[in-house]
Amino acid sequence: MIAPNPDQKFLVRVKRQDGESQPAYWQEFEVPVRPSQNVISVLQYIAANPTTTDGKDVEPVVWDAGCLEEVCGACTMVINGRARQSCSALVPELLAEANGGPITLEPMTKFPVVRDLFVDRQRMFDNLIKVKGWVPIDGTHSLGAGPTESPEKQEERYAISRCMTCGCCLEACPQFTKDNDFLGAQAIAQAYYFNEHETGKKLKKERLDVLMGPGGVSDCGNAQNCVQVCPKEIPLTEAIGKAGRQLTVHAVKKFFTGS
Amino acid sequence: MAKAEPRVIVVGGGLAGLSAAVRVAESGTKVDLFSLVPVKRSHSVCAQGGINACNDVARQQGYSEWQHMDETLIGGDFLNHQPPVYEMTHWAPKIIDLLDRMGVPFNRTSEGMRDLRLFGGSLFKRTHFAGASTGQQLLYGLDEQTRRYEAEGKINKYEFWEFLWPIIDDEGVCKGIVAQDVRSMEIKAFRGDAVVMASGGNGLMFGKSTMSVICTGAAVARCYQAGAYLGNPEMIQVHPTAIPGEDKCRLMSESARGEGGRVWVPRKKGDDRHPLDITEEERYYFLEEKYPGYGNLVPRDIATREIFWVCQEGLGIGGANQVYLDITHLPIATKNKLAAILEIYEKFTGDDPREVPMKIFPAVHYTMGGLYTIYEPYDPERDTYTPASEPKRQPNEGLLYGDPKNMMTNIPGLYAFGESNYAYHGATRLGANALLSCIFDGLYNGLSVHNYAHAPQGTPAGELPDALFDKYVEQEKAKVQKLTESTGANNPYEIHQELGLEMTATCTVVKEEQRLLQGREKLAEIKAKYQDLKISDTGVYTNQNVSFARALGDMIVYSDALMEGSIARKESRGSHYRSDYTERVDDQFHKTTKVKYDADADKPIIEWEDIPSPLVPLRARTYGKVDASPEKKEEAAAS
Repeated sequence: MIAPNPDQKFLVRVKRQDGESQPAYWQEFEVPVRPSQNVISVLQYIAANPTTTDGKDVEPVVWDAGCLEEVCGACTMVINGRARQSCSALVPELLAEANGGPITLEPMTKFPVVRDLFVDRQRMFDNLIKVKGWVPIDGTHSLGAGPTESPEKQEERYAISRCMTCGCCLEACPQFTKDNDFLGAQAIAQAYYFNEHETGKKLKKERLDVLMGPGGVSDCGNAQNCVQVCPKEIPLTEAIGKAGRQLTVHAVKKFFTGS
Repeated sequence: MAKAEPRVIVVGGGLAGLSAAVRVAESGTKVDLFSLVPVKRSHSVCAQGGINACNDVARQQGYSEWQHMDETLIGGDFLNHQPPVYEMTHWAPKIIDLLDRMGVPFNRTSEGMRDLRLFGGSLFKRTHFAGASTGQQLLYGLDEQTRRYEAEGKINKYEFWEFLWPIIDDEGVCKGIVAQDVRSMEIKAFRGDAVVMASGGNGLMFGKSTMSVICTGAAVARCYQAGAYLGNPEMIQVHPTAIPGEDKCRLMSESARGEGGRVWVPRKKGDDRHPLDITEEERYYFLEEKYPGYGNLVPRDIATREIFWVCQEGLGIGGANQVYLDITHLPIATKNKLAAILEIYEKFTGDDPREVPMKIFPAVHYTMGGLYTIYEPYDPERDTYTPASEPKRQPNEGLLYGDPKNMMTNIPGLYAFGESNYAYHGATRLGANALLSCIFDGLYNGLSVHNYAHAPQGTPAGELPDALFDKYVEQEKAKVQKLTESTGANNPYEIHQELGLEMTATCTVVKEEQRLLQGREKLAEIKAKYQDLKISDTGVYTNQNVSFARALGDMIVYSDALMEGSIARKESRGSHYRSDYTERVDDQFHKTTKVKYDADADKPIIEWEDIPSPLVPLRARTYGKVDASPEKKEEAAAS
């Protein structure tokens, strides 16, 4: 790799919004090139030097961040038009993508903006309550080990369990909008995840009732965008497909038994 | 008038906070859970390696809970308290079973049992793991149970709320907290008959660390300023293997060493050839040569210092502060087992560690000190918990289950769990014990909190006058007002950078008197600069600038305590290595550093407290060390 020239600079365009009901506007910042730079270090630089390219001192950009290791899911935003984590978005690649710049940073569009690049993703957590995203254990008393599980099943579940509720799948999904009630790939995959656990499946019927209802699996348009943008490479469409098959069986049973 | 129902406040939504919330809610007490971020994004998600517990497989290899305790005590260089460590290690198998029941996808053997891996500080396989993201999986397991209780109305979550101050009544008893919604900026008081601090570590005080950006230590520092003692604040664990980065250092889990990763540097100084061109004979595997018994599996403080020294000698890669962590020789199956951590390296550096050795250097990783806490040792006469079928225990073999004292700070009603507590790790933390201590605190001591909340000291929180709570709200509002109006000369982010560089240079791998005294002066300078702050954000909504500046003030106060503790402890013990006092000095320093905040003078006061050793006598830490290296004269430091 060629050592970066300390005098070299690049442009970053940030879409700003002072609050949820406020109008959005753009600001442009000039940032010096540094080695192993990611969008987080760009935003940290802007926080310490909040001056736009036209020399105006402005309020520092607000954004959400946590671990900076692409595990907590906090720092998701729309970078050069694509939803991803700002910690793992490396500047050289972004500049190449944008033909030398400017790099654009925008908040996700499917969630209410809190301020600037910071959005409110509470809906995703609420959806986990809707699909009963938990194993109904009998409490925390000493009751021995859980059920055994084959390594294959563990691997399948592990892949889905890495979902960090970042929202990329929903941002990319054409069916998921700010004002409809589609559950989206994240919640459906989680419902499937818990249905596949020996104890978790005790709530399978209830979960499938939710997935069968409004905003459930049938609203998925199978656009496959979710699986392409998922930073954790979770087999989302596969999980939705499998949940769909569980639903068919569930619906047939329901038809014949009435429960 | 109907008596107000007791409530418990939990601050922090990581492993310790969530397990405490679940345990207390399950006992029948309502919980208000406060977290700066949605709890699912807490820093616990970043723990990679695993969680220690003796199980049947380990037991049949000759391992036992007692030995797990012994490893923890010697790992911590005997600064840990023995009864809580006894209890924690003996509860560990139950904790794993419970997590397993919660559906945590632990790695499996062909028979469907939980798999085990090797980790630093032990020669036995006793570490359970879920891929290379065990912390994430455990946190999600507990997050799911928390959500279940939330759906049932037993836990009330306040996410994006920042803890500002504990509310302490006229009798010195904790009765709630003041917190701020970091979005609307509303400041409010909350009543609670017990408050659990589970707010994590303080890595941000060192600028760059492996911790999340929210790990400022400010919450602990606020309790300290409100009168809670700190215990062993100078004990900071520097993880031997991290990927240095521009914005932060990223952890390369110890499991890379545990699975056979080898640490080496070129034997020749300044050898800047490509690592794959350097032959076996030209490589210096310094850990394996010096510690043939443990090799790359020596505990963290030892590995950290050896890497640091090798670089000081000029043997680092190309003369820089970097060494190789090599996993290229491992079989594909093992590399696959490590896939998640290898991906991190590849993602953030662009190199594939399967093909090319990784470049790593130590980074601040874990806060072993924290809020000072007390406990009630096990007493067979007062034991109402142990079933008759279980073997009888001796006094001090563990804690008295459910006793309200367990893990309470010196402020009645204020508890500290997890990384914000000082009790379990001593002078250095054994790898894969952090997840255990956090969950153990929540699950085991959650019952103590529940019991206390139903029989609190003094007037119950629900019956105290509003004036008490309003007073604290006003205090916090005034602080925000003062900050918002700061139009001085200094940018808080720049001050933070200065603080981080100084703390990293003085209080991490190697400490030395003169440098520490300079550091003390530098802190005074930083403090003066902080008095002349410039806040560039005047917004009244989601003002991160104000939140950060406020936390920075607390970080500076906490740094003072860390610095004074480092100066006062004139010995070498665990992660605290003094180049001017290279030996462990038990008669003077087998003690807890208790630090009290003197509010009038704005400075820390050091006190010492003896540590009883009722179960295991002190011994030297050698890990089978030999003086094998021809390049370096040993100073017998690690023992």
